Amino acid sequence: MITLSHFIVLGAVLFCIAVAGLFINRKNVIVLLMAIELMLLAVNMNFVAFSRFLGDVGGQVFVFFILTVAAAESAIGLAILVLLFRNRSTVNVAEIDSMKG
Amino acid sequence: MIDTNLLQLICFYGFAAVTIGAALAVITVKNSVHAVLSLVLAFFSTACIWLLAEAEFLAIALIVVYVGAVMVLFLFVVMMLDIKMEQVREGFIRYLPVGIIVALVMLSEMLALIGVRAMHAHVMGADPAAAAGLSNTAWLGGALYTQYLLPFEIAALILTVGVVVAVALTLRQRGDKKHESASEQVRVNPRDRIRVVKMAPSRPDEPTAGPPQPASPETRP
Repeated sequence: MITLSHFIVLGAVLFCIAVAGLFINRKNVIVLLMAIELMLLAVNMNFVAFSRFLGDVGGQVFVFFILTVAAAESAIGLAILVLLFRNRSTVNVAEIDSMKG
Repeated sequence: MIDTNLLQLICFYGFAAVTIGAALAVITVKNSVHAVLSLVLAFFSTACIWLLAEAEFLAIALIVVYVGAVMVLFLFVVMMLDIKMEQVREGFIRYLPVGIIVALVMLSEMLALIGVRAMHAHVMGADPAAAAGLSNTAWLGGALYTQYLLPFEIAALILTVGVVVAVALTLRQRGDKKHESASEQVRVNPRDRIRVVKMAPSRPDEPTAGPPQPASPETRP
């Protein structure tokens, strides 16, 4: 029998994998964007699970909106990435420091 | 005869294992194209897990929107950019221990926080959509088009802004492109373009060298 903890634990594991990905792929912006997508997926997993187990439609509606915003975010992020690569010829995060942040 | 609940559990563990393996592959493989394809696999098996939770619409939306659109966009970008792998991979080993430690600490904290044992009490009951006599899509759509109509419209606006921004950012003006400026065309003055020249009349029987030249108006480009 699938319980709520199955989904929550899977979401937590996915989220931690994504966090580890952010740490170990310090040189590649593309993989960083993919790790962010994984994080959003983990959060969506929690929303779907709670929506299902609490019988509330709000969770699934929220996942819908997260998918929408994430799609827009990745489109803009990839556009910025293409622009950055065209100007600097690198996807290395360490070299993208012209704003002196 | 296998029990349905047991079958569901087996399916869940199978899809969860594929998801986690694909997620690990996303963050560890050398080739970015392989990472994108692993992410596609992770999304796909997550959609299967959502199907087990009877969130059919979102599972299909995940495949259509994410695998069909966003991941293909990723794939295009990864293939378009000429990334030097050896440069990208440096520092991988150096950051690997800290990444693993942070992830493990975070995972243990999360598991302690959510209380896995207490959660085992929540067994998956009847589908709330089916209990209301609706399909999952009708259940979701009913809420989306009534209670959440304004956020829905705002989401459409966000997507429009995303399209405009993505095009505006990546649109490249070529230097040698020929284009016409409408405002310059409207603002033109006839006197700048043509000069009327008054000439003395000349008779055709007058001896001239060669055919008479017509008065050509001076034009400006």
